[in-house]
Amino acid sequence: MAIVFVVLFVVISMFVPNFFSWINMSGLALSVATVGIIACTMVFCLAAGDFDLSVGSVVACAGVLAAVVIDRTNSAALGITAGILAGGVVGLINGIVIAGIGINALITTLATMQIARGLSYIISDGKAIGVRETSFFALGISAWLGVPTPVWIMIVCFIVFGVLLNRTTFGRNNLAIGGNKEAAHLAGIAVTRTKITTFTMQGLIAGFAGVILASRMTSGQPATAQGLELQVISACVLGGVSLTGGVATMSGVVVGVLIMGTVQNAMNLLNISTFYQYVASGGVLLSAVLVDRLKQRSRV
Amino acid sequence: MTHCLQFESVSKSFPGVKALDSVNFSVAAGSVHALLGENGAGKSTLLKILSSIYRLDNGKLLLNDAEQHFRSAADAIHAGIAVIYQELHLVPEMSVAENLFLGHLPCRYGIVDRKTLQKYTLEQLTVLGEDIPPSTKVSRLPVAQRQMVEIAKALTRRAKVIAFDEPTSSLSDQETKKLFAIIRELKNRGHMIIYVSHRLEEIFEICDAATVLRDGQCVETFSDMSKVTSNDLVQRMVGRPINDIYHYERRPHGGSALEVRELMGPGLAEPASFSVEKGEILGVFGLIGAGRTELLKLTYGATRATAGTVSVAGKPLRLTNPSTTIRSGLMFCSEDRKKEGIFPLRSVMENINLSTRHSLSVRGWLINERRERENASRQVEKLIIKTPSLRQLIVYLSGGNQQKVVLARWLSAAINVMLLDEPTRGIDVGAKSEIYSIIYDLARQGIGIVVVSSELPEVLGISDRILVMREGRIVASLLRSESNEERLLYLALPPTPSSGVRSAV
Repeated sequence: MAIVFVVLFVVISMFVPNFFSWINMSGLALSVATVGIIACTMVFCLAAGDFDLSVGSVVACAGVLAAVVIDRTNSAALGITAGILAGGVVGLINGIVIAGIGINALITTLATMQIARGLSYIISDGKAIGVRETSFFALGISAWLGVPTPVWIMIVCFIVFGVLLNRTTFGRNNLAIGGNKEAAHLAGIAVTRTKITTFTMQGLIAGFAGVILASRMTSGQPATAQGLELQVISACVLGGVSLTGGVATMSGVVVGVLIMGTVQNAMNLLNISTFYQYVASGGVLLSAVLVDRLKQRSRV
Repeated sequence: MTHCLQFESVSKSFPGVKALDSVNFSVAAGSVHALLGENGAGKSTLLKILSSIYRLDNGKLLLNDAEQHFRSAADAIHAGIAVIYQELHLVPEMSVAENLFLGHLPCRYGIVDRKTLQKYTLEQLTVLGEDIPPSTKVSRLPVAQRQMVEIAKALTRRAKVIAFDEPTSSLSDQETKKLFAIIRELKNRGHMIIYVSHRLEEIFEICDAATVLRDGQCVETFSDMSKVTSNDLVQRMVGRPINDIYHYERRPHGGSALEVRELMGPGLAEPASFSVEKGEILGVFGLIGAGRTELLKLTYGATRATAGTVSVAGKPLRLTNPSTTIRSGLMFCSEDRKKEGIFPLRSVMENINLSTRHSLSVRGWLINERRERENASRQVEKLIIKTPSLRQLIVYLSGGNQQKVVLARWLSAAINVMLLDEPTRGIDVGAKSEIYSIIYDLARQGIGIVVVSSELPEVLGISDRILVMREGRIVASLLRSESNEERLLYLALPPTPSSGVRSAV
């Protein structure tokens, strides 16, 4: 997939005007920041053979909550903490229901997705909540060395979670659980605890991404990030992460996120209507998994 | 002989194992033919060839003198063959009627014809003397009635050959009597019936002929059951020379390694107690379903025990889950390598290090790649695991080498007790012998070892002491010097009061 990305990038750079420019590159990176940050933890869920559909709603809910708290207390720190913790609570609930009680991840996170979306409308009374506290905007709007802060955060996440996935027992245990749950249990891995931790981590990070997004928009918007969960899962799958669990690399996820962002960015530059963009995004995903399947067939 | 089913030098191999080796016998129309043998003798392989789940490598299957070439299960059904397995093949959430006609529901213009379906089903069930409403869901029926539905299904498919695999294993005496009445009725109507069972008294009650299989070979076919005793059958089932792939040596043992007291939980019929000394190899023998695996899993904490205590090296454990038992040095190696042992898409190295990496890693969580590689290569060398590299995915290794990788996983840590469930299942003789060497080596280091095996020669060949289990109970504990094949098998077989076999021990 890395080769596909390089080829894609070179071709687009040559044929799409304005693509290969500093401004566009940083815009591209900023546009995938939310997806990229959340993909960092989604890959753990997928590695363990689960997935989390609630992240899009958690992003909205955490953003709205942060905005409301800041509005009441005039403290950016309190608002940020509240948003992140709210995400953590949803993640913890997901984890307990899925791993502790044994309900299917699709059903569980579909339910919490709707609940979180509903809560974000309830908290905001259906309206966007503006934030006046300017210190809050540092998170989303500032830049360092010409690169927007959210992009830096995404890069840090890729590195930290990459190490967590590859270099720690926690990360490898997630892969083992997804690879063979029964064997993992018998091999002495605490399956339930690991899964609950993973989902909680996913919730916290989704909450954090929601707060960053709210900071970028200078407001908490209850209707934002619809369908984000599917973009995140698509990016992971594009990066070679197996939906049945057990196979996942962070480098793959980085490539997956970049492919998605690049294709979308190029289509924007070419003024392709959003209607066609949906079709193209779906086509890219489908062809990526087909290629992956063919590769597997030739191997076995 | 016009109406009969013949197996002519039927052979079937799996990687490393010859499951069937030119098996010859025939079943006459209007007779019940018993198929006997130990676990792994080839009975189920034979049934699976009959129902075309497996294809035979060599030899012929003839039905009424015509050679059969099955390409799919549908072909076997079409030829008039039905195999009724221990685990019944019914769709639980569908009605009895739909199950009977599964795959060929009566239709009119593409729409299921419910009236005809109902009528046919009632007809078939009446023939069997069953009074089940055709619209009942199968999941609501007791096992005995489900079995009747299976038989009715075979009859609706006009099966001429009906094979039963351990049909009475979950039936009461009353239900068994009824089943036998139906089998006799089928026999009188000219069906060819194959009957697989461990229960010798049933064989004498219902069968007209018997074929004994051993190690995939046909030992003998008895065509007149009145001239056979159960002793004859048992001797044919076990009587093979033990060639010495076991190279057993006596070694000193003493001091408690594992002490299990009054352990109770799912799969056991009564609380179980046993102990293993340091350096001792304890064999556990029993037929499939005797509760051996369940006992090991309860000891290991993989299944939660409802009562009882487990002590390792004198220290009682709090039985919660495998991660605590592993830390106390009690390890378990599952019989089902594929489902419960390996992580197929991970490397050999990762498969070795997975359970014990907390001791190799930095502060228990950060992986130390160098130490993991050292450990993995040390194990690969010590156990002679054949792999092109440590990074090779484990699925591409042979069964024997996969098993060694799984063993290596446990040998990487400090062990006190090793529970091995069928450690040599499905691997070839050479690899078996190597695994035995590893087991002896561990015992010499003072590790207590429990080996569950369905293979009599293996249990006898490597154990210092042998527990025999039957129907969820430990029924005997025998020293090596007190054990022989006949004795173990008699103890493991379900009681047969009528034939008086057990009193002969």
